This record gives sequence, C-alpha cells and structure tokens, in this order.
Amino acid sequence: MRLRHLKGWLYLLPALLFLGCFMIYPLVDVLIYSLEEGYNSASQTYFGVGLYNFSYVLHDPYFLQAVKNTLLLVVITVPLSTGLALLISVQLSSIPKLRDLYQTVFFLPYVTNTLAVGLVFMILFKKTPYSDGMINALIHLFGGETVDFMDGPYWAKMLVTCLYTVWIVMPFKILILTSALASVNPDYYKVARVDATPRWRIFTKITLPMISPMIFYLIITGFIGAFKAYSDEVALFGVNLNAAGMNTIVGYVYDMLYGDSGGYPSYASAAALILFAIVLTITVINLLVSRKHVYYA
Amino acid sequence: MRIYLEHVTKSFPSQNRKEKRNVIAVNDFTYEIPDGTLTGLLGPSGCGKSTTLNLICGLETPTSGKIYFGDDDVTLLPPESRGVGIVFQNYALYPHLTVLENILFPLQNLKGPEKLSKAVMLDKAREAADLVQISRLLERRPKEMSGGQQQRVAIARALVKRPRVLLLDEPLSNLDARLRLQTREEIRRIQRETGITTVFVTHDQEEAMSISDQIVVMKEGIVQQIGKPQTVYDDPVNLFVAKFLGTPPVNVFSGEIRSGQLYLGQAPVLPFPGGRDGPVWVGIRPEGFVPSPDGPLVCSTRAVEVMGRDTSVVCTHPAAEAQIRAIISSEHDVSGDTVRFQLKPAKVHVFDRQSENRIYPA
Amino acid sequence: MQKKSIAGRIVTYCLLTVWAVIVLFPFYWMILTSVKSYSAYNGEYVPAFYTLEPTMQNYVDAFSAVPLGRYFLNTMIYTAVTTLLMLVVVVLSAYAFARLNFFGRGAMFTLFLSLMMIPNELVVITNFVTMTNMHLRNTFTGLILPSVASVFYIYLLKENFEQVPEELYKAAKVDGTSDLKYLFKVMMPICQPTIVTIAILKIIECWNAYVWPRLITDQQAYFLVSNGIQEIRENGFGRENIPAMMAAVVVISVPLIILFLVFHKKIMEGVSRGGTKG
Repeated sequence: MRLRHLKGWLYLLPALLFLGCFMIYPLVDVLIYSLEEGYNSASQTYFGVGLYNFSYVLHDPYFLQAVKNTLLLVVITVPLSTGLALLISVQLSSIPKLRDLYQTVFFLPYVTNTLAVGLVFMILFKKTPYSDGMINALIHLFGGETVDFMDGPYWAKMLVTCLYTVWIVMPFKILILTSALASVNPDYYKVARVDATPRWRIFTKITLPMISPMIFYLIITGFIGAFKAYSDEVALFGVNLNAAGMNTIVGYVYDMLYGDSGGYPSYASAAALILFAIVLTITVINLLVSRKHVYYA
Repeated sequence: MRIYLEHVTKSFPSQNRKEKRNVIAVNDFTYEIPDGTLTGLLGPSGCGKSTTLNLICGLETPTSGKIYFGDDDVTLLPPESRGVGIVFQNYALYPHLTVLENILFPLQNLKGPEKLSKAVMLDKAREAADLVQISRLLERRPKEMSGGQQQRVAIARALVKRPRVLLLDEPLSNLDARLRLQTREEIRRIQRETGITTVFVTHDQEEAMSISDQIVVMKEGIVQQIGKPQTVYDDPVNLFVAKFLGTPPVNVFSGEIRSGQLYLGQAPVLPFPGGRDGPVWVGIRPEGFVPSPDGPLVCSTRAVEVMGRDTSVVCTHPAAEAQIRAIISSEHDVSGDTVRFQLKPAKVHVFDRQSENRIYPA
Repeated sequence: MQKKSIAGRIVTYCLLTVWAVIVLFPFYWMILTSVKSYSAYNGEYVPAFYTLEPTMQNYVDAFSAVPLGRYFLNTMIYTAVTTLLMLVVVVLSAYAFARLNFFGRGAMFTLFLSLMMIPNELVVITNFVTMTNMHLRNTFTGLILPSVASVFYIYLLKENFEQVPEELYKAAKVDGTSDLKYLFKVMMPICQPTIVTIAILKIIECWNAYVWPRLITDQQAYFLVSNGIQEIRENGFGRENIPAMMAAVVVISVPLIILFLVFHKKIMEGVSRGGTKG
C-alpha cells in the first residue's frame, strides 16, 4: 500500500519539479516583487514594502498608453474576428466541394512564425521614399490618399495592428466554429425544413444557440489572447514599441524587465499583476453574461 | 483448484462525501468452490458479485476474512502471483496488438526461471488458440473481428498461462442473443476440457442456470442461496431468490393463512396444515397453474399467447400485484373471459410477510 | 441546410476565395519579393506582382550575411530537446493521474488545473531573474528548462489515457505486467495519435517561441529563428535590403509549413480539441 502511494508521486515527480521551479515559485515571487519598493536587481536590496510599485505603474504615461492601445485592440479585434470567423465558417459548412482545401488554406496562418509574417505585413503597408508599398499602390489605384501605415498617424498604425491580429487569430476561430457547426445534428435542420422555417430563422434560432457555447469560448479566449498581445506588435513595429507609440501592456512588462529601459522587476511585476486582474475581471464578467445567453446542451 | 472464501467482507468508503458510512459490497461471505467446477455468481447489479470476483482475482483485497486456493492462503497475494486468468465483459483486448500478440502478452511478462523461449511461447499461444478455435484469425486485430471472436481471444489469453482459476466477468452480456447461446455452450466445453475451476459473474439467471454446476445468488452484498441450479429454482429460500430465478418470473400473490387453508382472495386454494394464521406472500411458478373447470383460483383473462408447444395465459387476479402469467399445455381451451386454475403444490412457495423467508414447503 | 440558389452559391464561393487570397497573399508576396533582385525591387516605385527574372542570390545573402544557419540549428536543438523532455514529463504525470491511485491525487490534479489559468507573463519575470542570477543566460539550459512544463498537455493526455478501458489495466495486472511496461507497451501505443498531436503542437510552439528566448539570450550564437528575424529586421543586411530579408523569412517559415502540409489533419484535429495560440 505504501509502495503504491510512493509510485504515484514518483511518476508525478518530474512534472512537480518543473512546475514548482518555473510556475509555482515564480507565482509567489512575483507577488513579493510587486510589493518590494525600490528593489535593485544589482544589489538585490529594497527599502520598503508597500503599494508604491502599483502607483508608479498606474501613473506612468507609457503604461497608460499601453493600456489604451491594448483596450482598443481588444475592443476592435475580438468582435471583428469572431464575427468574420462565424461568417466564413457558416459559408464553409454550406459548400459541398473543396471544403477541405479551403479549410487547410484558412488554417495556414496558425502554423507560421508570427515574427516572420509580421515583416511581410510591414513591407506591404510601409511607405518609403522609393516606393509607396503594395497597399498604398492599391489605395492610389482606387483614388485614395496614400498614407504611411508604419510611421504615420496613430489610426493608421492601429489599423495595421488590428488587421494583422485578425489575420493571425482567424485560423483558430474558423477551425473551432466549423467543427462546432459540423457537430450540430442534421436532423434539426431536416425538421426545420419540414416546418418550412426560413433560412435566417434556422440560423438564429437553431444554429446559433447550438454553437453558442463555442462562440462564447472563442470570445473568452479571444479576450485573454488580445489582452496579452505583444509579439504581433514587435513584428510590425520593432522592439522599441514605446517610440512607435504602439506598446501593449505585456510589452510594457517586458520593457520594464529587460532592454534599454529594463532592470525594474518590481514595476514589471506590478504591471503584470494589474494585467492579470483586468483579464480575470473581464473573464468573470463574460461568464456572468453568458449564463443568460449561452445554451448548454 | 478448490477455492475457499472464509468470512470475506469488503467495504468501500462511501462515494457520497456527506455520508461517512462505508458501503459494504460483500458481507461475511463463506463458501467453498469445489475443484474443477463451473460456478455462477448471480444477482442484480450492485449486489457485490463483481466485487467478489475481483476479490478472488486479487484486484481487490478483502477488508476482513481470508481466501484460499487449495491450501494456500492467497488473501494478500497480488493477482499476478495467484495464477488466475480473467475475461472482462468488454474483453479488454489490446487494440493495437494482433490476436497472436494479445495471447502472447501474458507469457512475455514471465521473468527469471519461468521465462520461456520464443518457440515455447508460440506453441502455447497456438495451443490456446486451438482450444477456442480461432487459429485462423491469429493475424487479425481486435477491431476486425466479431464480438464472439473477440470473446474467444480473451478466453485464450486468460488460459494461455494455464491458470489455476479462470474468472469470467459478465462474459456473454455484449453478445447478441444467438451468439450468446452458442458461446455459453462453448464456455462449458472449454471448462470441461481443461478442468480449470471457473467462476463467472452474470445478472442473467437463465445464463447462470444453463451452464453452472452451482450458482450463488447474491443481494446487496449478502449471499442468499447456494446450490445446484435446479435445487435453487425448486427450493428458493426466500422471496428474492424465487423472484430472481425463472423466465417468465414467478407470480407473486398476497395471500392469507386461515384455519389450515391458504387463501388467495376469498378462495381457499391449498390445504396448509400447521401454519400460523396471518398474511403471507405466495409465489407460484408459471408452470404451476393447471386449467380446470372447478379449479379454486378464478382469474380474468387478458391475453392468450400461443407459443406452439405451450400456451401463455396473461390474466389478473385481485390478490396479485401485477399481471399473472401462466404457462399451460396448448391442449387446454382457455377462450372466455375467465379461467379457473388448479395449483400444483410443488410449484407453490409461501413466504413470511415480514422476513420474506420461505415457510412452505417447510 | 437548405439548398441554396445558384446565385447564393456563387456569392459563397466568392467570399471564401476572397478570404483565401487574403490568407495566401502575404505568403505569395514574401516568396515573390525573395526572388526579386535587390536593384529590381528598389527600382519599382509601384511594386510589380510578378517577376520575369527570378534570382536565388537573396538566399545566398541570407545565409552568408547573417548566421541564419546558426539560428536554424539552435532552434532545432531547442525544439527537439524541449519537446522530448516535455513528452517524458507529460506522459509520466498523465499516467499517474489517469491510472495510479495514490494519496493526494485529487488535490494535485486540482492544483494542476488551476495552474492552467496562470498567464505566462506572471511567471516570466521571476524566471528571468532566477536564470540571470544562476548565470544561465545565453545557455541552452536557460532556454529550455522553463519551456518544458505544459499543464495543458498533461490534462489532454490524461483525458485520453482515461478513455482506455480500466479492464485493460486489470487484465495486464493479472498477467503480471509492471506499470512501466503497461505504460510503454499498451497505453502509449493506444494513445499514440494524441501523443503525436501533442508533440507537433509543442514543436510549433517552440519554433515560434519569441518572448522567452529574447529575454534570456543576447548573443547571436544562441538566437532562435524568431530572434534572428528580429535581429535581421533591426540590424541585418542594412535596413533596406528587403529581398534578402524576405528570403530569410521564407527559409524560416518553410519547415513549419512542410510539417503542416504533411500532418494537417492531425494538427487541425489537435488544435480543435483545445489548443490555443501561444
């Protein structure tokens, strides 16, 4: 009997070692860091304990800019990508031929290196003295005013960021929604057809409620993912996001930790905890809202 | 190999956290299974029969009591040291291995002095496959075979190590009706041929009755009755056993004993000398009814089902809780709204109203 | 669904094709640009959608001007070691949770589940400080160790292990099979599809890793492809040699795309069972 317990723990030991060292201990530690005032990473000393780090971060204009950018990104990309993915998935489920081909193509961005494709987006949207770039050439063709998306006005940079984010997150959403749609029992549609239900009504009254748990799942993971945006922005604007005015909360955390403005793990910890608090709050709100609107079979 | 269970009790912590009481799956089970016999453990689901099987196998250890194989105390031995083979309801064949690899698997686990050479292993596996008649299927995978074939592979795998005891957990439940008949004969044949002491668990009384040397009827962890199938059927010790055995099931009436007579409703149906007066349960086997123009038991006919050799009469009686089913010879004429029956005394069992133990025949 | 009219069907295919073009266009553009010569690219004020004089010179530049081969090798080492270690850890603990019955199993599993909610950003800070203090910056040890543990994969595999009927375990016990042998001979072959899926997802994750490698390495000798591409973008080739940059981008994208084309069924199935990006 003793042996049995020992064996269980033995099998679990490697996981416990890794998780203990690199998840559980850091979790405790990050709380401590965030409360240590004036921590110096060179001498590993601090002079007090309190909430100063949080107050510093909340008053830092770079952080406020990062929060604004992140919020804008979340508010724009989550509904846009979910809606677009729903539209595409519904169309995809309705075609008899080529479905696998389209589905495979649509999934491609999932397996690409974000940093690498970000570079391609950059050169597509960039405007240099030698060339207007691909996108601007198109805009020009349709008689629009060219604009430098990478170094120009804020709205243009935000637009590129949102477009790239949507491009990156779509594969996952399309995949989840098409498999959700495929799992709806076709008998419901047959019954609805016998009752001469109009197509739009079938969609809103049968399809949507049936796949609502998955839509909701996508919204929650979408929120969480968008709040943690960082490497997409690096790919587009380079590591110095503050200079481009396009930093995100996660970017702020890493900048505080490392790099030209780094060396402040306390500020980084405080900012990370603030981010965690925001994400947690929004997730809880989402869960509460969903109680009313999501149909669980 | 004789199996002897001595005061075996097994209790589990309750699944329900609020309830601190332990659940007793097997309660004080004492029984000897003679060498070379086929024994059926029978009971409704949750009666502790599977737990008993697991205890014999060694997958569970008893909370108290002892288990002997022959003269060896195996109570604390792990299953691999007991020399048992087991076949599960879903066969538990390794899906990624072929039939041959499945049968070889137990042999490959042998270590040290017991270790066998490849050729010997192959011989033994072929022999086991021959015994259950699947020699032509050795290269197939479990998925490519019918349920009956999978069952045979599972038996071959259990037998290949020549176990002292063979255990079968609901061996026929996953088969369709026709295969079930065939397979149960097969199990009987294999058991006879090998002479291995075999214990199997089932909830199907017909299955247990048809092939067992002995049956053990269990209810809620307690053994109700042990004996030869016919004996248990003819002489059930209590109402539960009477109800559990037999298809169609026994017909239960609420009766009364008054001045040496057994009454069903207002009609005295049998003489009952020496019994105390009072209410009783009466169980009458379907074959215990004989239509007779002046029979004492008057029933209203609901349906007559002709089955060729026999006729099944479905009828009601005010003293019976449910519909009565009587099996009579098809020579009798039972047209009409009512039918009168004589009763065969040997097919009537009377049980105490409170304890439900049998009081007649005494 | 109801049968659509021909017009409706045409609209559907048009819409899907438009999205397919949006998805594929960046890939086309990167390949196209990578085969344009430096002078040709910079000579186009309005970029051309095709080229008549493809050149491989940019690929030569990509490998010679920056240590792209080095980045590649680093990434392969990092991916292989991390994935292997992860598999050992995940298989053992998933088996413990699924089949072994030991004191504290329920509590441990709850702890593991709650760890799934912890965002990486919270723990990276301490890991960075720890690794720096242990002088493990710019080492493979420092790169790999914090990337190994994946609670989600433990969960995924545990669920799969539990679908293997318990009777198989009992039958193996009766036959005297040890736990380790049962795990390797029975559980892993049966659950091989899930294990392969997990491995592929982890490979994708490793290949695209950016944040942790960026924090822990600042010498090119230890850069992974993501950091390499960032380095190329900031300092490589001179800022304006876009075709060489695109050649590098193509080179680092190709392995994953090949992996995807070979395993696309498996990958998509695995991701739809609960993977998330990043």
